Amino acid sequence: MLDDGAPIFSQIAESLAEQIAEGALVEGERVSSSNELAAYYRINPATAAKGLNVLIDDGLLEKRRGIGMFVAAGARERLLEDRRRRFAERYVEPLVAEANRLGIDAEALVALIRESDQSQGGIKV
Amino acid sequence: MTPTISITGLTRRYRHQTVLDDITLDIEGDCISGLLGRNGAGKTTLMRILAAQEFPSAGQVRVLGGNPVESEAVLRRTIFIREDQAFPDIKVRDAVRVASWFYPHWSGELAETLLSDFDLPPNRNIKKLSRGMRAALGIVMGLAARAEVTLFDEPYAGLDAVARQLFYDRLLADYVEHPRTVLLSTHLIDEVADLLEKVVVIDHGRIVLDAAADDVRGSAATVSGSPAAVTEFVGGRPILDSRTMASQESVVVVQSLNDFDRARARDLHLRVVPLSLQQLVVHAADRSLENVKEMSA
Repeated sequence: MLDDGAPIFSQIAESLAEQIAEGALVEGERVSSSNELAAYYRINPATAAKGLNVLIDDGLLEKRRGIGMFVAAGARERLLEDRRRRFAERYVEPLVAEANRLGIDAEALVALIRESDQSQGGIKV
Repeated sequence: MTPTISITGLTRRYRHQTVLDDITLDIEGDCISGLLGRNGAGKTTLMRILAAQEFPSAGQVRVLGGNPVESEAVLRRTIFIREDQAFPDIKVRDAVRVASWFYPHWSGELAETLLSDFDLPPNRNIKKLSRGMRAALGIVMGLAARAEVTLFDEPYAGLDAVARQLFYDRLLADYVEHPRTVLLSTHLIDEVADLLEKVVVIDHGRIVLDAAADDVRGSAATVSGSPAAVTEFVGGRPILDSRTMASQESVVVVQSLNDFDRARARDLHLRVVPLSLQQLVVHAADRSLENVKEMSA
């Protein structure tokens, strides 16, 4: 479930952020406690708590004393905004670099993008 | 806060052999730590000393603020479960009852649950148990005691993978409800890596790594690709190991890599694979690694 690279706590934080961005965890919903996360991922509870704290510090989760942690209002939109900002760096730049390496020119690349993923109705733009 | 376990300058010699060599180590309370290292590295001796089953040749050991030697107050708050734990020749049920008298936080309920989880027949004589069943009984006692200091020394001789997973799950579940100081020695490092908050690696009687598990993870990576690109990427970074094959070179870099490093590695067409805790321990135990110590500093 977890890989060997990044520290576990940041993988936990990322996985929760992913669920918020995808809408699997909606705003105002309670998220799993550190103990629940520890049991599920089979990790040290202190590590799980550290992961939750990352999201609290980022304002994506809020703590309600004695009840638990909840997805903060506006969390999803903030995550999506962040992803849009990083889209070029994370996806477009490597794509163009590999296309250059393979001698695929801009036109061919655009054509490939248009053709891609027809099963999901193709690109909508 | 005083650490739960505090070891200063601990040395243990047998005639001509130094088994523990000037060990200094603090373990804070409510934490699961791994004591890792090869067979013969000194793990068992260290744990035996913590449990007052063996004595230091030099140095000081404090457990729960006191000297464990002949201190009943400390020993009742400590449980030590070792590989091939020796038990008296009595029934499982009776052994559990005897243990319950000794440990103040003993949970009879947990003991019952664990006995059934591990399929241990309460009326069977311990002598008639298989090796794996005896190991399971040690685990039942180690967990049910809920001792403030819980020492497990390779507690799973003869246990199969399913039973070991059961041990890890039950340990975690009960630890969450009743936090305590757990020190677990093992060479099945990949199995326990994610449970650990602290990692201590011992080799030839010395501590070669003492760090938070989170800091150790991702603190080294194997970088491979064309030799020229590898050389360019590595630059002055500390390295552990390097292997070459025709047009490929593979180097273990001891440094955590940031996003910039990763992007650069991508540009150079390098493959970057983080080292697992197990691999790191193998490297750390391979030689006395100044690099590994530095990286955790």
